[in-house]
Amino acid sequence: MALLDIRNLTVAFDTATGPFKAVDGIDITVAAHEVLAIVGESGSGKSVSMLAVMGLLPDTAKVTADKMEFNGQNLATMTPVERRRIIGREITMIFQEPMASLNPCYTVGFQIEEVLRLNLGLDARAARARAVELFTAVGIPDPAGRLDSYPHQMSGGQCQRVMIAIAIACKPKLLIADEPTTALDVTIQKQILDLLMTLQEEQGMGLILITHDMGVVAETADRVVVQYKGRKMEEADVVSLFEAPKNQYTRALMSALPENATGKRLSTVADFMANEANA
Amino acid sequence: MIRLILGKLAYMLPTFFGITIVAFGFVRVLPGDPVLLMAGERGLSPERYKEMLAQLGFDRPLWAQYVEFLNRVLHGDLGTSLVTKKPVLGEFLTLFPATVELALCAIILATVIGIPAGILAAIKRGSWFDQLSMGTALVGYSMPIFWWGLLLIIFFSGTLGWTPVSGRISLIYFFPDTTGFMLIDSLLSGQKGAFASALSHLILPTIVLATIPLAVIARQTRSAMLEVLGEDYVRTARAKGLSPSRVIGVHALRNAMIPVITTIGLQVGVLMAGAILTETIFSWPGIGKWMVDSISRRDYPVVQGGLLLIAAIVMIVNLIVDLLYGFINPRIRHS
Amino acid sequence: MADATTLQPGTRRQMLAEFWFYFRENRGAVIGLWVFLTLVVLAVLAPLIAPHGPTIQNRDALLLPPFWQEGGRSAYLLGTDAIGRDILTRLLYGARFSLFIGVVVVAIALVGGVVLGLLAGFFGGWVDTVIMRVMDVILAFPSLLLALVLVAVLGPGLLNAMIAIALVLQPHFARLTRAAVMAEKNREYVMAARVAGAGRMRLMFRTILPNCLAPLIVQGTLSFSNAILDAAALGFLGMGAQPPTPEWGTMLAEAREFILSAWWVVTFPGLAILITVLAINLMGDGLRDALDPKLKRS
Repeated sequence: MALLDIRNLTVAFDTATGPFKAVDGIDITVAAHEVLAIVGESGSGKSVSMLAVMGLLPDTAKVTADKMEFNGQNLATMTPVERRRIIGREITMIFQEPMASLNPCYTVGFQIEEVLRLNLGLDARAARARAVELFTAVGIPDPAGRLDSYPHQMSGGQCQRVMIAIAIACKPKLLIADEPTTALDVTIQKQILDLLMTLQEEQGMGLILITHDMGVVAETADRVVVQYKGRKMEEADVVSLFEAPKNQYTRALMSALPENATGKRLSTVADFMANEANA
Repeated sequence: MIRLILGKLAYMLPTFFGITIVAFGFVRVLPGDPVLLMAGERGLSPERYKEMLAQLGFDRPLWAQYVEFLNRVLHGDLGTSLVTKKPVLGEFLTLFPATVELALCAIILATVIGIPAGILAAIKRGSWFDQLSMGTALVGYSMPIFWWGLLLIIFFSGTLGWTPVSGRISLIYFFPDTTGFMLIDSLLSGQKGAFASALSHLILPTIVLATIPLAVIARQTRSAMLEVLGEDYVRTARAKGLSPSRVIGVHALRNAMIPVITTIGLQVGVLMAGAILTETIFSWPGIGKWMVDSISRRDYPVVQGGLLLIAAIVMIVNLIVDLLYGFINPRIRHS
Repeated sequence: MADATTLQPGTRRQMLAEFWFYFRENRGAVIGLWVFLTLVVLAVLAPLIAPHGPTIQNRDALLLPPFWQEGGRSAYLLGTDAIGRDILTRLLYGARFSLFIGVVVVAIALVGGVVLGLLAGFFGGWVDTVIMRVMDVILAFPSLLLALVLVAVLGPGLLNAMIAIALVLQPHFARLTRAAVMAEKNREYVMAARVAGAGRMRLMFRTILPNCLAPLIVQGTLSFSNAILDAAALGFLGMGAQPPTPEWGTMLAEAREFILSAWWVVTFPGLAILITVLAINLMGDGLRDALDPKLKRS
């Protein structure tokens, strides 16, 4: 049985010019312990579909799906209270801007201990001890001292480590990472990715990695979903996708990688769109 | 933190001297002879005129007069009222508690209603509550409060007969001024009905004075809350599986309160301006009414001293709010 | 290059159209605009449509209630005051005063504040320090108190009240202009104009100023309503327009003693102030939404 099983997910927003479908009939399945990469440019609806799973979209978004199951439980028909028992415990999520994702008014210690106390029922002392363990696990130096820091006193990479520590605090079955390295320095990107992969293996959790970076996909994913303008273009395991991309858009994405460049000009997705229009 | 306080104080110092110059210059720029103006319409004998001229120091050069003035001010001597012949500072201190009591009650009322209303309006954006409360807030914000006070008197004191028209307490009660706050003193006195009387005198002035701050706080809270609710860290809090009450009450509220606290601080000036009108309408014996009366009685030492004291108090309260702001906002505290 | 001095007429029309589109979205703002326009028309036409003279005392009609109450007469729709003057007439004439006060005060405060703010922001250094410190001092006083004391110095009266209020409101414009100038000063289009040899005056008034207009317009509407409120308050305290001027605040001051006996002399002038100020504030909210995307959230 799949850990996460979504059929025909559609997310529409009401706009001044009528409803706009950000996600249009997407199917996504993730097995336990599997790493799934969702690839696409910005605006392809990859974040929106995952925010829909988490129930984090604003009220203006209309979410419909034939099936939206996590671990055999139907997410779509749950009450908000039931859903919150899964969100933040069994499914957790980290985001693109680690600095902005942490509350500037509270120490990072407060923000992780809050999860430990409220979601796991630990008392203050146990929560603090566990927080130190988690900070150690995500590679934050001087973890006990760092707990009293505010987000603005830490670097972007450190903040993302804190976010990861919060995300794994409840030993989730599935972690969704939404462009976790995009806002970071190149050297830090690699460290954060390595950390995510190590934790995924150690904890045996499922991992959905949302990215626009084909290089990241090649290094990390078991299976890949390619999304374009709210639709799924292609789904394949990572080896066959890179060896023989079936979909034209996937090929366009691949050819936009600098290392695949031929001739003088780096091809862009716009070329693909032009070709598609001509076809 | 101490460096922050010292920095703010150093910044305030020139403003304080500016205020003293305004207060000093005020009497000097009055058209006509200041001594004759102060003497009023009865006129003066030539001897008395000379005596007053020397007493007020008007026979010396301007800069010397200012230095003298500053020196007196810094030693707590703000001159003597022409009407009551009492020291200005003493009169101020007698009347000040009445204004503080009224202003405190007003700002508490404004905060206690304004913040929850603003939060609720932001959470239920576009709902009937949002539209109704923000519509009401705009009416409150546009209100000529001196008229609003008269309307309330017409209705509650006139038609319904529920509240008294003026004063701080019914004349049948008499007890010593322990704290200067009528609500507390009336309780301390132990006289039956005294507290109820003080309270009933306080209600209408409080509502009138609270009207504009209430509207401003509600509007500011709503817009701050709306902004914060769109922030990434609020999404994180929801992604943690926290209850909506915790997401809003803990994660959003603290951040939204940062600009709201500044707004509440800025209301001190608004309250002082409002007190002038409110105290006049309700014959509330505070410094607002004192200033208006002194202006119309041409009691210039009082106007001068009152101007200086009120501006100084507004400055000090703003300093305290600034520090509070640093306390609630960690980004400032650590910079 | 977004140089406002070289804007094509076409783009300007487009900007207006866009502005109108956003302004129209806000229902309250449109209502406010209509009410305001109606008030302007009524004020302009006051001598033509007012049923009586504003200071004519009708000895046979003292303290008459509005026409729908017992004892009211249809000749005096909103009743009369203690010396038999028609309240509706005085309200219509009062609209002239209030709108006039608003326009004059905002004009003085705007021009003064903008010039000071431009100088402070453009030159910086000691010019900036001196100007902004003086503004700090003015803002340290509660506005109504300072206006009151200024009028006491200048002598009671409408003109002096307007000067006092303008002086008190002016620092807001200066601060706003200075902040906007500081933000715009180092932008590329200003550099370009400087390199092209634009003089200081041209740089300040033709290049930078048009790009700081949006917050100034919003502050202008805010000050317009504040000016009307403060002038009425001064009138109420006996320091503004003097009787028998049909200014709304002054009318309220004269009506105070009848507060428990003749509700209409107290109610209508205040209602007129409230409606006017509310209409302007509604417009102000709409203007802010339409002009300043940064403030659009509320």
